[in-house]
Amino acid sequence: MKRFAFLSVILLASMPTIALAAGAIEGGSKQATNWSAIGMFVGFVGLTLAITYWAAKRTASAADFYSAGGGITGFQNGLAIAGDYMSAASFLGISGLVYTSGYDGLIYSVGWLVGWPIVTFLIAEQLRNLGKFTFADVTSFRLGQTEIRILAACGSLVTVAFYLIAQMVGAGKLIQLLFGLDYWIAVVLVGGLMMIYVTFGGMKATTWVQIIKAVLLLSGATFMAGAVLYKFGFSPEALFTKATEVHPKKLAIMEPGTLISNPLSAISLGLALMFGTAGLPHILMRFFTVKDAQAARKSVFYATGFIGYFYILTFIIGFGAITLVSTDAMFLDGSILEKTKSGIAAIKGGSNMAAIHLANAVGGNLFLGFISAVAFATILAVVSGLALAGASSISHDLYGMVIKGGNANEQDEIRVSKIATLVLGVLAIFLGIVFENQNVAFMVGLAFAIAASCNFPVLVMSIFWKGLTTRGAVIGGFLGLVSAVVGVVLSPAVWEVTLGFAKGSAPIRLDNPALFSMAIAFVGIWLVSVLDRSKRAAVDRDGFDAQYVRSQTGIGAASATAH
Amino acid sequence: MSNVAKIERDPNYQELVRRRSSLGWLLSAVMLVIYFGFILLVAYAPKFLGIPLGNGVTTIGIPIGLSVIVLAFVLTGIYVRQANSSYDVLIRKIVEENRS
Repeated sequence: MKRFAFLSVILLASMPTIALAAGAIEGGSKQATNWSAIGMFVGFVGLTLAITYWAAKRTASAADFYSAGGGITGFQNGLAIAGDYMSAASFLGISGLVYTSGYDGLIYSVGWLVGWPIVTFLIAEQLRNLGKFTFADVTSFRLGQTEIRILAACGSLVTVAFYLIAQMVGAGKLIQLLFGLDYWIAVVLVGGLMMIYVTFGGMKATTWVQIIKAVLLLSGATFMAGAVLYKFGFSPEALFTKATEVHPKKLAIMEPGTLISNPLSAISLGLALMFGTAGLPHILMRFFTVKDAQAARKSVFYATGFIGYFYILTFIIGFGAITLVSTDAMFLDGSILEKTKSGIAAIKGGSNMAAIHLANAVGGNLFLGFISAVAFATILAVVSGLALAGASSISHDLYGMVIKGGNANEQDEIRVSKIATLVLGVLAIFLGIVFENQNVAFMVGLAFAIAASCNFPVLVMSIFWKGLTTRGAVIGGFLGLVSAVVGVVLSPAVWEVTLGFAKGSAPIRLDNPALFSMAIAFVGIWLVSVLDRSKRAAVDRDGFDAQYVRSQTGIGAASATAH
Repeated sequence: MSNVAKIERDPNYQELVRRRSSLGWLLSAVMLVIYFGFILLVAYAPKFLGIPLGNGVTTIGIPIGLSVIVLAFVLTGIYVRQANSSYDVLIRKIVEENRS
């Protein structure tokens, strides 16, 4: 406990210094307004560290560490899931996308939401009934532990890694803009805080950080969208009219634009968004933090509501930014404006800053500070959830189940998890710095593609298909994983933009590989399972009935708490 | 294992599985049709989504897109309501009867 107090003191003590340094760098420029942001952010960090301290005292068993002892209610978990999902990428990214392309932003929002009903109908309750700490508990329920755990750990870690890099780079850039901190300081700060939350407070602290952030983000976005609508007399038509007048694309922002280049690409992206949601390890892990299947089911219902509401807000916020930000010289870069004559292109800091500038436009400096602090908090919370999911996969799946064959000492397993968190944290900081100047936009799409092509097919087949065998799951799952990664590398976004090959030379014309990588995974799993005549296959199939009864009734499911 | 066989023969269990599976897969299919219907419109008929409503600038695509979001929530609500009111009752009965 002493170590924790010591670390937090150092961290808190260093905040004002960092802030001062930033102030000094920026001199008397407009950055002075960031004091309110820094103040509010320090407040948030202080509060979350207090919660971490509280959680650390109550985190003793593995169940506490991985699943908050199962003591989270359905409503709280709904907020936490929504929090995990409403990342800075979706808040700033989607409002930025609406800002530049209008309707296209809505297409993404819809895709990101529609995975949730599927999770509710087919996965949430079964997952809670069959698993304990990670989704691999479910996929390995009746299959060969070692092979399936390794597969699940690979799927989880690769998904987490790409998601984490995208978040870290986004965090560094954003914090640089918001607070005037150096990129590397921002990345170290995010990585450092994340390590403190996760190693000391485990799932309890991570969940409460997520809940607080979700409430702040939903309130902030509600206020912003409300303020925009208020300016237009609560008439969306008036808002849209003004937006189409000032946007260079005019009426085209009210219909699908150039974002979706061809029909197959649209369908492939749709598949990745929809089914990727059901395969994200940090989201799936949340279902083990509630008491039972009923609470799991309720939590997805609340989460779907919060997320849907949030996406509607970001749509309004994006249009609000078109009308209020792109028309105000205060938020525009004069030299770009000179060149392009477009307020949309000239936005200071790029389109991801649309929501942040809008906060200033509708609520002044204080509200700008609030939204900036919330954006930072969002990154922190999402990164923590990801790190915990990655660390659990290493400690519970690899160390506990594969290396120790399920006989690991609980305290050892927790220790491994904490070490894994520290390693992941350092790695995330390192990769965040390495990828500073790379285009990482494809990484979130890649994370979703892998989740949809490796984690999801194995999970859903293991729950519902009696014929699934260990060999089928492993071969099909790895085929999905590999084809998703290869598909992304050969796609225009990476082949042409990141790797710099000639435009039009990408071997695969899909921006997202899900269409074929999911098909490869499902066909691979099915074919190999059907042809599997091994002894193990008979055991796998025989185990299905007992697993199915438990998945339906919850009889024998891991109880709420270990105490 | 014998307990599993006993539960499988329980009419309450059979009813639970039948009702939950049919509703779950039905609602999943409805969601897929709604969503991919929307995506196909985006892919093949973007101009349709650009048809203005009345004399304003608001296009038909706006309410269509928003209603996919609202429907996703409503479908989830339908499932949760059914599960809360009838599946949980069945599960409680099954657990009572098969307590070992």
